[in-house]
Amino acid sequence: MRTGYRLMAPALALAAAVLIVVYHSHTDAHAAGTGSITGTVKLDGTAPHQRGIDMSKDPYCVKLHASDPAHMELVEVGTNNGLENVVLYISQGLSGDAANQKPTNVPVFDQKGCMYTPHVLAMDVGQEFKVTTSDQTTHNIHPEPNPMAGNIPWNRSQPPGAAPIVQSWKTEEVIPVQCNIHPWMHGYFVVVKGPYATTKDDGTYTIENVPPGSYTVTAWQETYGKQTQKVTVAEGKPASADFTFKAK
Amino acid sequence: MAVHTNLLKWLLALSVVITLCLPGNSFAQLTTNQVQDWLHSPAATSHVGNLTGHAPDAQYQYRRYCVGCHGELGDGNGENAMWMEPPLLQKPRNFQLGIFKCRSTPTGTLPTDQDLFDTIGRGMDRSNMPSWNTLSKQERADLVALVKHFSPRFQSEKPGTPIQIPPEPEITDDRIKAGQAVFQKVECWKCHGAQGMANGPSASTLTDDLGRTIAPFNFTDGSRPKCGTTDQDLYRIFMTGLDGTPMPSFSDNIKPEEAWDLVFYLRSLMSQPSVEKQMAKKMGLKPVNPSSGP
Repeated sequence: MRTGYRLMAPALALAAAVLIVVYHSHTDAHAAGTGSITGTVKLDGTAPHQRGIDMSKDPYCVKLHASDPAHMELVEVGTNNGLENVVLYISQGLSGDAANQKPTNVPVFDQKGCMYTPHVLAMDVGQEFKVTTSDQTTHNIHPEPNPMAGNIPWNRSQPPGAAPIVQSWKTEEVIPVQCNIHPWMHGYFVVVKGPYATTKDDGTYTIENVPPGSYTVTAWQETYGKQTQKVTVAEGKPASADFTFKAK
Repeated sequence: MAVHTNLLKWLLALSVVITLCLPGNSFAQLTTNQVQDWLHSPAATSHVGNLTGHAPDAQYQYRRYCVGCHGELGDGNGENAMWMEPPLLQKPRNFQLGIFKCRSTPTGTLPTDQDLFDTIGRGMDRSNMPSWNTLSKQERADLVALVKHFSPRFQSEKPGTPIQIPPEPEITDDRIKAGQAVFQKVECWKCHGAQGMANGPSASTLTDDLGRTIAPFNFTDGSRPKCGTTDQDLYRIFMTGLDGTPMPSFSDNIKPEEAWDLVFYLRSLMSQPSVEKQMAKKMGLKPVNPSSGP
């Protein structure tokens, strides 16, 4: 009998916690108006050397980089040590409504100079994106998500002048994408839920269309992983969140 | 004593709560329980022609003939798997991923029951997967159902719509030449080589989806294509791609009539005797020249 009561205490606490969470998400859903989150992502330290790429497998690719040698893009640092290609998204606190709103633009992933432009393409779950080719050589686009998690891998060819491939992804995931014909071609589709942004070459970003509320913002960089920060967005005033990744 | 039991009960309750709170790791292997649950699910049946296969009926055959390589949970980790070393011998298929090379359906979709049935009967050339056409059709249909029950994908997804293959046209010199132009244009030679000898510039760096070395098909050494040797099989192979491998789908970029031209040209490259081979020889058809690219 006594133990019965003892077990009831944590059960009640759990129930209360669930109620609080439900109540909170309910109130968030009614939040009106939009704000934004802006900031800069920087690298602390010297950027690691990015190895050059030997494209001699395909003379066409070599020719394109005759004056501008290609190199790996694992860590891209711009002015003031700003980190490029970092994806920022809201990992916690978004109401169902805000999370389910899909942007209407169609981000483009271009194959140019036997490289991916951009190297990292962020998108919303279910948002259509386009794979195009500007090259006069055949590529194959081979995203490799984990098929056990909901996104299914595919592999399509894109010879010169081929029509764009329009696709979308079912669930949140960082999906590596590669070209088997040109094995140095590596990039990422970063599929997130809700508003997102990718840093420009100076490390700056702005996540638009964020309803007022308290959130956890996550910054993802392909080499350094993830960082999070708590941010409160008020109506009509951009909230700010700067991130610094330590060079390894 | 009483304190002791109370403490134990608390620990038990705590461990239950912790277990419930652990995030489900989607990369984790399936458990025996999950696989057991699916054994009697609607997805664990197959329909091949007028046969209906049932997964539970194949358990005996699977344990006898398949488990050694494909493993008890269908994850391709049977006790013999460690002896298969790519690229010489590809590893056994992991059925849990639901990704199959030989499909009549577009890339990124599940194969049809017929596709799986054909693979079991045909076996995989240049691998440890023999032909199982010694088993009855009913037994093979049951095995298809059992293969399907290993993957969560069959629980939630339907197979893709098979690609349409138009009737095979008459083989002509012009068609073989047109097929060679397609071979040149979509750059099959990048991996398969100008003469189909699997020695293209990208051949040496190919890896499959699990990062294991894989070789492109060699048309000239007497190998049989893994997904079948009929003209229709060849058509399907490059139009749907071999999922899980570097071989992409070309259905976006090769029109159906061009596809038949390419089939005829591929036949002329293969070492096996064929009408196409004789015709190409008579024409004096030279291999493609990679450097005269687009």
